[in-house]
Amino acid sequence: MEELKNKVRELLKAGTVQAVIGYRAGSDEKTARVAFVRQPDEADGLILDPRCTDNLAVYLLKPEVKLLGKLAIVARPTTARTILQLASENQLADGQVIVLGVSADGKAVVELASFEALEKFVGQVPAGLTEEEKVLLAKIEGMSREERWAFWQSEFARCIKCYACRAACPMCYCSRCIVESNQPQWIPVSPHDEGNLEWHLVRAMHLAGRCLNCGFCAKACPMGIPLNLLTQRLAEEAKAAFGAVAGGSATGEYALSMFKADDKEGFIR
Amino acid sequence: MAETRLIRKDALTKLFEKTRQSGRRILAPKAKGEQAFFEEVTSFGEVCLDHVQTRSSAKEAVFPKCEALLRYKFGDKGAVSYDEKPFEPPVTVVFGTRPCDARSLAALRAVFNWDTPDKFYLEREARTTIISVSCTKADSDCFCTSVGGGPGDTAGSDILLTPVSDKEYLAEILTEKGQAIVALAPELFATAGGAQKEPHLAKVAVQFDVNELAKTIPVTFNDEKVWQEQSLACLGCGTCAYVCPTCACFDIQDEANRQGGVRLRCWDSCGFSLFTLHTSGHNPRHVQSQRWRQRVMHKFSYYLERQGMLGCVGCGRCSRACPVDMNLVEHLKELALHGRNG
Amino acid sequence: MAVATSNIPNIYKPYLMRIEKVTVEAPGVRTFRLVFTNPEEAEKFTFQAGQFAEYSSFGDGESTFCIASSPTRKGYVECTFRQAGRVTSGLASKDVGDVIGFRGPYGNTFPLEAWEGKNIVFVAGGIALPPMRCVIWNVLDLRDKYKDVTILYGARTVADLVYKDELAEWDARPDVRLVTTVDPGGETPDWKGQIGFVPAVVEKAAPSAENSIAVVCGPPIMIKFTLPVLSKLGFKPENIFTTLENRMKCGVGKCGRCNVGKTYVCKDGPVFTFAQVKELPPEY
Repeated sequence: MEELKNKVRELLKAGTVQAVIGYRAGSDEKTARVAFVRQPDEADGLILDPRCTDNLAVYLLKPEVKLLGKLAIVARPTTARTILQLASENQLADGQVIVLGVSADGKAVVELASFEALEKFVGQVPAGLTEEEKVLLAKIEGMSREERWAFWQSEFARCIKCYACRAACPMCYCSRCIVESNQPQWIPVSPHDEGNLEWHLVRAMHLAGRCLNCGFCAKACPMGIPLNLLTQRLAEEAKAAFGAVAGGSATGEYALSMFKADDKEGFIR
Repeated sequence: MAETRLIRKDALTKLFEKTRQSGRRILAPKAKGEQAFFEEVTSFGEVCLDHVQTRSSAKEAVFPKCEALLRYKFGDKGAVSYDEKPFEPPVTVVFGTRPCDARSLAALRAVFNWDTPDKFYLEREARTTIISVSCTKADSDCFCTSVGGGPGDTAGSDILLTPVSDKEYLAEILTEKGQAIVALAPELFATAGGAQKEPHLAKVAVQFDVNELAKTIPVTFNDEKVWQEQSLACLGCGTCAYVCPTCACFDIQDEANRQGGVRLRCWDSCGFSLFTLHTSGHNPRHVQSQRWRQRVMHKFSYYLERQGMLGCVGCGRCSRACPVDMNLVEHLKELALHGRNG
Repeated sequence: MAVATSNIPNIYKPYLMRIEKVTVEAPGVRTFRLVFTNPEEAEKFTFQAGQFAEYSSFGDGESTFCIASSPTRKGYVECTFRQAGRVTSGLASKDVGDVIGFRGPYGNTFPLEAWEGKNIVFVAGGIALPPMRCVIWNVLDLRDKYKDVTILYGARTVADLVYKDELAEWDARPDVRLVTTVDPGGETPDWKGQIGFVPAVVEKAAPSAENSIAVVCGPPIMIKFTLPVLSKLGFKPENIFTTLENRMKCGVGKCGRCNVGKTYVCKDGPVFTFAQVKELPPEY
């Protein structure tokens, strides 16, 4: 922890960055929240413990945060992989952000100033689902087609179309989302069953193979819909079909937007 | 009007049956995962009163997330006609609201009933009976007592139940609508004797002086730094507004096919950048700090001036639901302090 | 369980209006003349200068524009709009005989009675002439009640000037002083008006502030630079009027979209003096 604080103080004192995105204590002992550290002495308030789970990469593209100047960010493996995925989608340039990578056990902090270093860092941490997530997914997989449809229908029926899932998703960075395109209106705006289903299908498909499995969407959902299960499942699907795993490389090609002459599917040729 | 009775907890099963038999639908807190949500229930057994507060508010009963304002049909040669049916929303009992939620109806009514009465809200409200349950526990996000309410406050409820023992509720029957529910099964309601509700209520500490806040908040309006700092973490997700029992802002949208269409109203939030965006591209509130300021100012300053009451009942849902832990009370205290220090 | 339904009217239900005439004013800008499909509604309908309405393209939604015709012209209302979004594109695809929706009139009005016996100066830019056209015709139809009438109108190009026939009509009237201008480069070889931005043209025209009211509508940048000019000419903020055009949905003080501080533009406006505008938080 002291290592992190020292590193943050150092970066700010030297003027290498103008702000560091990290974690600080939240409303109660169970919660951590984001910190935007701009003065070296503010580093004292930083924390790094099991409460610190939010994917802070969501802030890297937020206009108000970009205005703070050059940024460093405290990154657990998921956040680090998110940054690489954003890089591979041309949303971040090499050297734009200094990543303070936190090892999986939360103990070591390493400054990663380039994507190459970041790639090496995430390469050491196995990506994939937790045991708990695997159990949940297996439960849904175990349902019959009809049961599964009924399950998701009842979940989507609760949706109020606040799009908090989108706001919390670091990969949902479009300046104008398709749901806000209304000529034509592709997705119904209203939170009725049809509009809700379409939104969740579109969201899941747009994130297929891009989701870093940070779970921020489900955390943000005020209605408690386990949205992350959909994108997690699609990540498995993308891996099986294309061998693609999100967040491994800053130059990775996104399988679902690439055309290759030797595609195994005939319809696309 | 208020009458006090005792009702046994195990008698609620019967009361639910009678209520359902009378043709009323019942909305009540139902557990899902770690949360509880207001949903339609068919029996008391489905109800969960264990949570300090439900995740979503009960406003859905009077102001649904999506409702039709208008239905129309297309005819030949550019003709349009209305598809008119009488508006008859379901007669509803909302059971298990907390006193803060019951108070929120006044704030909603102030918007929907001023100057040009809103049929849809008022008809729904007229057909809704609120049976609240006093709070015997609170959490750190609760601040009803700071905004004029309390864990056993009767305002807005038709019946207020307070658990006075493991087996009994003290029932305050507060309105004619409440009387009508009692009349469905009068035998379930015994004389109250000397039972008092106060000893059973949660203790909710007053966290700020709301009158002072109302004076100091406008002073901070032009202090952009405060609003920028407070909202830097904000993702603009709108969750706070969607779970808020008093947020009444809405959007109007058409959905149609070749035969006809429907004009729908759905919830909206001042936290979204699109909320105020003009067609020209001009946006009066173009950054998140302005939108955060609007939310706070609306509830604690504009509402007081326009509607003569606060636009907040202290339920704490926004703080609990915020995915980035923006805590309303914490921010209000900071604003009060800031205004005080000029 | 049956409960008697009350008689509260549905405030969101528009009048059904038939398009009687379509005028293409400028590229993408149209004027509709609308008549009630129900004569009883036509009979009861009244409005005053400055008020606005919600216009429906059924299937697309509603859009907010001021009523562009004068209340002195009975039997119809007119609106002028630029095709920009989903609703205005839907409206633009309509033709004579088609039915659209009209909800209104909403909002406050220009205090025309209080202006009697005064000089009136109208300053408009681009697509902001329509909200002013209503009050211009109202004043001209009651011409005896007002003293000098000056209309200063500018657009980016000659093509962007709206109500070209009416501009010619006003120009021909001896009791109206009309000054038109286009931005430099927006003129055509036969353009006879001024060339220059509205604020400069106002300064040059120098209407007297003595016993005068000014009405200013236009893009924010035009307003920003015109106000100091009017102030220099001696116009006081309480004698300069404008209409604010915040985004709206309901038009009746419910949906919360047009709020500027505690002010509902739909209820307290859209007509404000600049003395009032100065008191508003800068969120319009």
